[in-house]
Amino acid sequence: MAFDIGLALLVLGVGAWTVAARDTFAAVVGFVAYGLLLALVWVRLAAPDVALTEAALGSGLTGGLLVSASTRLRRAETRAVDERQPASLRLAAAVLCTLVSAGVAAIVLLLPEPAPTLAPQAMVNMAATGLGNPVTAVLMAYRAIDTLLETVVLLLALVGIWSLAPDRVWGGVPDPRHQAEPDGRLTFIAQLLVPVGILVGIHIFWVGSVAPGGEFQGATILAAMWILAMMAGLVDAPAVNRRWLRLMLVAGPAVFLTIGLTGFAVAGSFLAYPEPHAKLLILMIEIPVTLSIAATLALLVAGPPERAPGR
Amino acid sequence: MLGSSLKHPAMADFLFAAAGLVLAMVAAGLARILWGPGDADRIMAVQLLGTGGIAALLLLGEATNVPAALDVALTLVLLAAFISVAFVKGATRSEADGA
Amino acid sequence: MSAALNGLTILAVCAGAFFFLAGTVGLLRFPDTLSRLHALTKADNLGLGLVVLGLLFQAEGLLAALKLISVWLLALLAGATVTQLIAHTARPSGPQA
Repeated sequence: MAFDIGLALLVLGVGAWTVAARDTFAAVVGFVAYGLLLALVWVRLAAPDVALTEAALGSGLTGGLLVSASTRLRRAETRAVDERQPASLRLAAAVLCTLVSAGVAAIVLLLPEPAPTLAPQAMVNMAATGLGNPVTAVLMAYRAIDTLLETVVLLLALVGIWSLAPDRVWGGVPDPRHQAEPDGRLTFIAQLLVPVGILVGIHIFWVGSVAPGGEFQGATILAAMWILAMMAGLVDAPAVNRRWLRLMLVAGPAVFLTIGLTGFAVAGSFLAYPEPHAKLLILMIEIPVTLSIAATLALLVAGPPERAPGR
Repeated sequence: MLGSSLKHPAMADFLFAAAGLVLAMVAAGLARILWGPGDADRIMAVQLLGTGGIAALLLLGEATNVPAALDVALTLVLLAAFISVAFVKGATRSEADGA
Repeated sequence: MSAALNGLTILAVCAGAFFFLAGTVGLLRFPDTLSRLHALTKADNLGLGLVVLGLLFQAEGLLAALKLISVWLLALLAGATVTQLIAHTARPSGPQA
């Protein structure tokens, strides 16, 4: 009990610090710290799938995205900090946030005992999908359409970021070229960490059918390893007009959509799986989706093209 | 195999308390570092939280019988390394640009 | 046998927690960034290592044990390298008088 209170206070403290931080970089550090603590909270609530996603995606990868954004904004930041919002506006924002938090707290505290949930039905019907992890069953079978839409949304976000490239480097290479020092510290860590990370990423993806894990978490680890290799200068970012890259990005959603459409012919509706082949179909979807998501996330963090494509 | 599934309840309590202690240490360290003047201090906060958080996570997972906590810890250590490198790159790059 | 393993776990975890305590005290008391960095990494990596050792005695199976050791080794690797990078950020021109 004391542990839970302590953890909750720590989370609140770090959150408050993040909001109050004076510069963007500090705020991003606070955000990542907050995410790590939330992963602990999820484990405490016996929700390891959510903890995995929070640690990998919510905190780690989003943190990478925010850091590169804050770096680009640094030059403009000194001017922005001087324009303080009027006190009345900040007060209104504070009141609104407090009301929302109070509302959510009230709803959670006033839930009937036992709280309404679909978990028992999810567990009962899991055998039909051939999966052992109910969270994966929800993501890939019961609510597969949400997952399909997520992959498409990520792709759209990437297109949005690419559209920020200035005309002369359209279709070019993201990120400045990172110099690889042959004996450098960064090279050392990348050469050791990346292969291990790839193995762990594949493991987390694969184990997702029977234990906490799955394609989004595994893909995020793979993406982080690719970005690490890029930051260490071991590999250069690919030019965004390369055909193989674009094929890799759309392969996941395309396969997902195709299997979904064949569901009409084979099992009666969109994204319906014929029962004996359900697990195989889910696997056939998951592998390209993992690759696509990994590539999409890595390119999201890499950012808009900054160098012309070298043809 | 080492260990047994039947955990002595006092053992679980002990591990739980250890997790709490480590977390308290992390909190104290955070309070100092987040106040720190430079970017380097801030990045250290993430390091501290990473190592301490992972220790607390492993203890917590063992105490409350959540075996997947081990996978979460593996993921955390990889992402913590990634984010620390990203932070260092971010801090040095903005200095090079002459912020 | 199980009691002996439990005893070893308690011993190792206590030692680990002590090192975390030492690291945090160093963090709070040392005057400048670099010495704080020193306290942070040495103590915390040892602390994590001892905690992992303690939990190894409770591990269920070879895969879990391997994962535990991997977590510690990766943390050690990442910690050592990132510390160097952070130190370089804090004082890029190297040791000063």
